[in-house]
Amino acid sequence: MKLDLLTSVYVFMLAAFIGFEVIRRVSPLLHTPLMSLTNALDAIAVVGAIILAGESHQHGGRLAKILGTIAIVAATSNIVGGFLITDRMLRMFKASGPRKQ
Amino acid sequence: MTGVPTEHIIEITYLIATALFILSLKWLSSPTTARRGVFAGEIGMLLAIVGTLMYHGIVEYKWIVIALVLGSIIGVPLGEVAMTAVPQRTALSHAFGALCVTLVGTAEYYLRAPSVPPFVMGVLSMEIILGSLTFTGSLMAAGKLQEILPQRPITYKGQNFVNLGLLAVAIVVAGVLVAHPEKMPLFPLIVGIPLVFGVMMIIPIGGADMPTVISLLNSYAGLSAAAMGFVLQSKLLIIAGALDGASGFILSVNMSKAMNRSFTNVLFGAFGQEQDGAGAGAKETRSARSASPEEAAAILAAANKVVIVPGYGMAVAQAQHKVRELFDGLTKRGIDVKFGIHPVAGRMPGHMNVLLAEADIPYDKLLDMDEINGEFSQTDVALIIGANDVTNPAARTDSSSPIFGMPILDVDKARTVMVIKRSMGAGFAGIENPLYYMDKTLMLFGDAKNFVGAIVRELAGGHE
Repeated sequence: MKLDLLTSVYVFMLAAFIGFEVIRRVSPLLHTPLMSLTNALDAIAVVGAIILAGESHQHGGRLAKILGTIAIVAATSNIVGGFLITDRMLRMFKASGPRKQ
Repeated sequence: MTGVPTEHIIEITYLIATALFILSLKWLSSPTTARRGVFAGEIGMLLAIVGTLMYHGIVEYKWIVIALVLGSIIGVPLGEVAMTAVPQRTALSHAFGALCVTLVGTAEYYLRAPSVPPFVMGVLSMEIILGSLTFTGSLMAAGKLQEILPQRPITYKGQNFVNLGLLAVAIVVAGVLVAHPEKMPLFPLIVGIPLVFGVMMIIPIGGADMPTVISLLNSYAGLSAAAMGFVLQSKLLIIAGALDGASGFILSVNMSKAMNRSFTNVLFGAFGQEQDGAGAGAKETRSARSASPEEAAAILAAANKVVIVPGYGMAVAQAQHKVRELFDGLTKRGIDVKFGIHPVAGRMPGHMNVLLAEADIPYDKLLDMDEINGEFSQTDVALIIGANDVTNPAARTDSSSPIFGMPILDVDKARTVMVIKRSMGAGFAGIENPLYYMDKTLMLFGDAKNFVGAIVRELAGGHE
């Protein structure tokens, strides 16, 4: 997955614009779930950690494996915990009207 | 694989994951579609992880699997914390995210050194500096929110100079590394100095500023992940990091506006310190009127429209469920009851809404400050529970007040104001609230949970 510097900058810029437009529309009502959800999505960094821990390296492989493994643990706990708590919070938001559990 | 190379399949999973992440945030805009958003995010995440595991360069799976399982085991309890503990959980997850990014960045440097192209070294330095300061900063914030660490700001002379100096040294070292990436002994400095900076940055920040700080750390965590995407040349990671960074930035701006402060003021101002001496000169001489639960219940029962303004004091007193009973009791009598929520009512953005939703209060009754402020003039009773500074009219009228200019809930425009409070003592920021001495204001002294409970019993007919 080679992509050059300029393409990276374009990708970042466009994603930032989309982020601003999409997130501006999130009601303040849901700002806490917003933060826990973006936090879970941000843990996609696990992808980099998996490759780091799994690849073979000519030198420094041991360090890469150790750091990569710890990084996977940290990111995975964010993925699991982040999605769980976001869904738990959102389940609690109910509209008025006939509200019986 | 028949025909289609694995790399293409992986790229396709990443492409779908990216689309699902954006949809996930889009669906979060309304409570009716929000859970679908979480589902989209989960599918995207799963696809991307499965795709990555198919990568042919991976030669050993043992540690990856162990780490994935271990991470899930740690993640489950972090997803099950009480709603009052969500702010510290969030801070902790910023720390974990930043830890992941910092560790990957460190390993990448040692794998690539001594020949790292200047641009890669630049973004790698940014990834590591932002990652490590977010790691310790978020741990400190979590510690303060959990009350393991003292909440009061700790300040000393020359603090800003020391902090900015530390950051400047780290940036200079990073600059040297960009020019000479082979100077490997310098590398630990751009990990270590920001780790110290993260601690020093949070020390002077008080509990009331936590909503802004958490949002800001959120933004840093996102930006460091995006920088990692630049280093690893991963579009998916750049996009996820940019979305997270944008979200944190928007929330930080919201929180700063709600507190009438700038970022630099939050980070370098130490709120508690500014208050010294303020208010001491202007001692109130007027007396406040107080009322009993019976009187309060009678006034509420006679109202047509009631707005309840909850603050964090309500959550501390664990009064949410009693407040729900009050809401039910008043609604049953045909009274229109709404909640006015200040952006900084909780310990993180949107926290109060979650606490009230947990108590089963319908979300369409939870209105944010801009929506509710126009309604106070037609409101019979504004009932304030555990909130203080966010209702202080001095923010509108008294230019000498430390909170002058801060947007507040205009409760003083209601016909009657009732304030449930333990005593006449000043609030979190130590500022006198003239609202309490107005003719239309009744002070209801007592514990929020017990007092609301007493009102509920009165409304139900005095027996139970």
